[in-house]
Amino acid sequence: MSTVVLLAVTGLGLGALYFLVASGLSLIYGLMGVLNFAHGSFLTLGAFAGFELTRRLGGDSWPAFVASLVLGAAVGAVAAALTELLLIRRLYERHIEQVLVTVGLSLATVALFEGIWGSDPSYVTAPAWLGETTQLLGARIPNDRFVLIGAAALVLLGIVAFLRFTRFGLIIRAGVENRAMVTALGIDVRRAFTVVFAIGGTAAGLGGVLASHYFGYVSPHLGGSLLIFAFIVTVIGGLGSLAGAAIASVAVGVLQQFANFYWGVGDLVVVLLLAGVLLLRPAGILGKKKVQA
Amino acid sequence: MSAPATRIRRLTGAAWFPFALMVVFAGVAAVLPLLAIDIPGVLPGPSYLPGTLQLLALCLVFSALALSYHLLFGTAGMLSFGHALYFAVGAYGVGILLQRTELPLAAAIATTVALATVVALALGAVSLRVAGISFAMVTLAFAQAGSVLVRRNAWITGGEEGLRLDTDNVPDFLVGVLNTRNVYWLALAVLVLVFLVVIWFERSRAGHVAVATRENETRVRVLGIRPFTIKLMTFVIASALAALSGTIYFVLQSGTTPRATSADLTLSLLVIVVLGGVGARWGAIVGAFAYTLLDQRLTALASSDAVAALPDVLRIPLSEPLFLLGTLFILVVLFLPGGIAGTVRRAATGRRTSRDARERLEEAER
Amino acid sequence: MTAPVLVVDGLSARIAGQQVVEEVSFEVAATGVTALLGRNGVGKTSTIRALLGLIERAGRVELAGERIDQLPTHRIVQRGVGYVPEDREVFAGLTVAENLRLAERGADATGRDLVAELFPELVQRAGQSAGSLSGGQQQMVSIARALVNRNVVLLIDEPTKGLAPLIVQDVAAALARAAATVPILLVEQNLQVVRQLADTVVVLESGRVVHRGPAAGLLDDDALTTRLLGVHTERETEDGR
Ligand SMILES: Nc1ncnc2c1ncn2[C@@H]1O[C@H](COP(=O)(O)OP(=O)(O)OP(=O)(O)O)[C@@H](O)[C@H]1O
Ligand SMILES: [Mg+2]
Repeated sequence: MSTVVLLAVTGLGLGALYFLVASGLSLIYGLMGVLNFAHGSFLTLGAFAGFELTRRLGGDSWPAFVASLVLGAAVGAVAAALTELLLIRRLYERHIEQVLVTVGLSLATVALFEGIWGSDPSYVTAPAWLGETTQLLGARIPNDRFVLIGAAALVLLGIVAFLRFTRFGLIIRAGVENRAMVTALGIDVRRAFTVVFAIGGTAAGLGGVLASHYFGYVSPHLGGSLLIFAFIVTVIGGLGSLAGAAIASVAVGVLQQFANFYWGVGDLVVVLLLAGVLLLRPAGILGKKKVQA
Repeated sequence: MSAPATRIRRLTGAAWFPFALMVVFAGVAAVLPLLAIDIPGVLPGPSYLPGTLQLLALCLVFSALALSYHLLFGTAGMLSFGHALYFAVGAYGVGILLQRTELPLAAAIATTVALATVVALALGAVSLRVAGISFAMVTLAFAQAGSVLVRRNAWITGGEEGLRLDTDNVPDFLVGVLNTRNVYWLALAVLVLVFLVVIWFERSRAGHVAVATRENETRVRVLGIRPFTIKLMTFVIASALAALSGTIYFVLQSGTTPRATSADLTLSLLVIVVLGGVGARWGAIVGAFAYTLLDQRLTALASSDAVAALPDVLRIPLSEPLFLLGTLFILVVLFLPGGIAGTVRRAATGRRTSRDARERLEEAER
Repeated sequence: MTAPVLVVDGLSARIAGQQVVEEVSFEVAATGVTALLGRNGVGKTSTIRALLGLIERAGRVELAGERIDQLPTHRIVQRGVGYVPEDREVFAGLTVAENLRLAERGADATGRDLVAELFPELVQRAGQSAGSLSGGQQQMVSIARALVNRNVVLLIDEPTKGLAPLIVQDVAAALARAAATVPILLVEQNLQVVRQLADTVVVLESGRVVHRGPAAGLLDDDALTTRLLGVHTERETEDGR
């Protein structure tokens, strides 16, 4: 029983990480039709920013930990917004070229991170409490899992509130449905593009700092390895659907943990799940029926 | 329009022209090992040296691989992020067969390509349930699963260590540094073969339908043809050719590491095809040469003393070849959408091609 | 006679590389309704979308004396162009109120009272998602999105398409109200409605203008109507779809 609880909570934590990456990917794709390959780099950059900050302030203090989260999120947001403004925007409506540019950016940035921080893991320090465990239904759960799950839940709520209650949110929701019609109402939808990139970058940067605590280290490939699972999550959830991304993140994270523990094949089970979903529902769990069979 | 430009276009448009070009290319390439050609800054040494031939043979292998990707992406408009998987099936397949069975090399290669065809048929059928960006992500996921399998099953793949070439059943003339030029010729032969298969497919009825599907899938459906079948066929042929390239890569490198399975390789492939010019057969070959040589040169530059002496802001970016290649790639996409081939064609014929190149790219999305 | 509000001069448009509008020239008068007619698939919708920059276009377009053919769509609309697209294109996942709020262009949004007066139903259903409305109600949302702002010209594409005869009359009445204050370019298959509203007609055939003149001149000439539009004027409603 305690193993099951531990696996479930850990899987939920992993799912939370996936969601922090996938939410941005899915929003960006939904509004702009762009698959952002550089999203993993926003995460890695956020993680390194947090790492540098805690290294300077002393990683075991709570204020430093919180500051690193804020900094990671801010760095992710700025990097993402700049990417949109400087690269994506020039290729307005040219989706494949936009994907290619993000591919180039991810190659270049990962190499740059290797140049700056080396390819070995950079180990992070955290407040002692994060490394301790808490009893839950007989299982000893590492505390960082709770922080991760809480943060992802907050991000989900934050994005939902933003979409529901702000004018940009209104534009984004409308744009996901029918971008051309939004411009035909006199709205410069490109401003919303920068905003979704920034939101996605914020979540990814935050996710980067949290991921560095989940794994205990940062490496230049941190983002890339999470990105692939985030891609799978967005396809399973349905491209462009935030709710789908949330559900699929949890499903994939938990399934992966269980499959890893009992058979040691978590990654493969996830790909099988993807194949299964594609065969049964090519558009994903909550995707629009646009994708053809 | 100037007369020379028209003449050039009539010449390059002739049906036999690609073959003539290939004959010239293969002829020149074939005699290189017998000559002492040295291009400082491009080649590491004179062309008869095994080190240089090894690098050139790598260019040939990547050209063949890039041609197979051209078939997928340039001709049929399928943006796959998992093409490396079939290259890896080729490399690991032939390696494992040579190690575990008594099959001679040729039979091992044939078996491997057959195996890759079966894998491509199964995974292609699933991946092609979706199109466009979803297809890209799904192929990436399958390739990633392949990568995980290779790394996990060290008992047969050698895991992170990689797999060495077991030379027991390999003909002697392909073994050893001194025989590098034979392997080089083998790579050249395979490139020519892949080239012929690609042209044959592109000029077949199926190839025309594949192009039509890329341009306007609805119209093809209206004609009563199932785009799925044609796409799957293209996918399988491209994958089989990639696997063939992988087998030669394995022989050339005397082994492989798990890097051959990684997403990085597919991304490099994308860089090659876009750098060369999407939709251009010769673009794929030129791109592969440019990329491989550049990668090698930049790696040499990265570890040079000159770079080591620079201040950090210059040293760090310059010591990362992938940083420079990635940046170059971004610049090509932004400013040279037709790649090298498009630029050459524009210069030779005076025709604007960047617009065609852009439209061609976008067709992959639909 | 004041200068036309919209001057279209040699407008061409392409969709996915295919020419769908060829060198079209016509004008939209400063007052009243100008109807853009033609058989199905002739390029009426494409012409309107090209005017708005929603598809690739070339040629000269002047709005109130200023060129707009190089501007992006949102700038054109901000200059006072209201658009009611062919298939309503309401945002199904947004509520009626959100659809209207999205359309409001700041200081231009002076038409809220008019909208509330013309379509009281929409006020009652403000909180309902637009996707759950009937076709007629969706068309009201779509028209309301254009009328909620003060505009220089309205581009309205087949506002009565697929509506029940009674609703057609409601829509026509609403457009007549709007036409009193703002010039309209109207694409319409229902010749009854055209007769009711239009002052001038422009007829397209395979992407070109083949006829231009007063509405009555065309609609009263049965032979001409049949030749240009392939329908008889006597018909109450168009059957087309
Ligand atoms: N998305 C598209 N892709 C390809 N061709 C298109 C597309 N949209 C329109 N066309 C073509 O452009 C031409 C003009 O279409 P358009 O919709 O402008 O005609 P229309 O006059 O508005 O027709 P209708 O009366 O049926 O509304 C048609 O031949 C149509 O087939
Ligand atoms: Mg129309």
